[in-house]
Amino acid sequence: MSMVTSTATGVVEHVDRGPLSIDELAAVIARDIPEGSYVNLGIGQPTRIADHLPEGSGVVLHTENGMLNMGPAAVGDEIDPDLTNAGKVPVTELPGAAFFHQADSFAMMRGGHLDVCVLGAYQVSAGGDLANWHTGRPGDIPAVGGAMDLAIGAKDVYVMMTLFSRTGEPKLVPCCTYPLTGRRCVSRVYTDHATFDVTPDGVRIRETWGGTAAELAARLDGVVTAR
Amino acid sequence: MGRAQLLDTCDEAVAGIEDGSTVLVGGFGFAGMPFDLVDALIRQGAKDLTIVSNNAGNGEVGLAALLRAGRVRKVLCSFPRQADSHVFDGLYRAGRVELEVVPQGNLAERMRAAGAGIGAFFCPTGVGTPLAEGKETRTIDGRDYVLEYPIRGDYALIAAHRADAMGNLVYRKTARNFGPVMATAAGTTIVQVNAVVAVGGLHPEAVVTPSIYVDRIVPVEARHYTVQGAR
Repeated sequence: MSMVTSTATGVVEHVDRGPLSIDELAAVIARDIPEGSYVNLGIGQPTRIADHLPEGSGVVLHTENGMLNMGPAAVGDEIDPDLTNAGKVPVTELPGAAFFHQADSFAMMRGGHLDVCVLGAYQVSAGGDLANWHTGRPGDIPAVGGAMDLAIGAKDVYVMMTLFSRTGEPKLVPCCTYPLTGRRCVSRVYTDHATFDVTPDGVRIRETWGGTAAELAARLDGVVTAR
Repeated sequence: MGRAQLLDTCDEAVAGIEDGSTVLVGGFGFAGMPFDLVDALIRQGAKDLTIVSNNAGNGEVGLAALLRAGRVRKVLCSFPRQADSHVFDGLYRAGRVELEVVPQGNLAERMRAAGAGIGAFFCPTGVGTPLAEGKETRTIDGRDYVLEYPIRGDYALIAAHRADAMGNLVYRKTARNFGPVMATAAGTTIVQVNAVVAVGGLHPEAVVTPSIYVDRIVPVEARHYTVQGAR
């Protein structure tokens, strides 16, 4: 049994190991997606969560270019140029799949029918603001895709990201400095160091890897609310 | 206007597209991109175009070729910057093409509104973000919304799987994407299809775009591109 401690406030701390790898993080998120949910996985890292969904989870994947019950990436003869995901990668369809046009695809999102989406992020604020579409740097070409629609549409918006930037700056911040994708829309943040709930009463640590909740909170500029 | 015309060539299908037109171009990346119609538009020569499409061209073909030919004044799209969007990136950085970034769902819904006779609509997408700056907002039942206006095309160029000779359309898998919405939102809707079948050859329950939205149909040889691992 690894060294797992549970603090008095219910935080699970994995202190005998380092931070999670991307695939380990994807597995943690997959574990938390409720059975039978309709889920959109954002392009990039969140796509990997699909590989870790337990068999029989009944999770139905939505891809915003117009399909429900998307299957795994297509290989070899399965590749069909008319069947791709939102990242434009060839995919497969599962029995029970449905195709629909773009206005319907975003209506089901905006209309609150999608249970969960998982998005990457540059920054998330303590109030649940999301910044993930534009660096705001002069000369950078912005590209938003479906991120703003997903951010305000899904019932639960999870973020998957590293907790610190390559230069060591926290990405869970008091207030976003990057241009916003959506306001007060994130409910949970999954990172390599810890997972966090974003609640109306503040940010709470759920689980940590490679350190204690107290150590981590000290590195996060007052973002975490004590229980 | 009236019954759809069945044409032999893409050059006939794009005849008459004027300089300065707003052209809705279907497709999500390469899936559903009307390559043959776009190639014909390049030959046709219309310039100073405003293009409405999800992306701003991939690789060297389709919209990217139209951009490279210098025919596009402005692009409205949701996702211009990609691993293979170098043609657009170069023109944009050189100040030779304007860009309006529109969230993907707003792009679709604004065209849907145009096709459905809706004057404008309040939408929650983008509230509090730079893309809502300067737009009218309203709080309805405690939630904030942004007023969004329709996007109407002078022309729509789309690719469907099959048409019947009346212009009813069916699509294939995720290549459907923007086709059904764009077909409703343009003055003249021009469709390339892999096959035209006789009237009655499409099951009425399966028709996705009814013929009333379709003006010109042209059969083309199926040709396919894939973008492996593109973003």
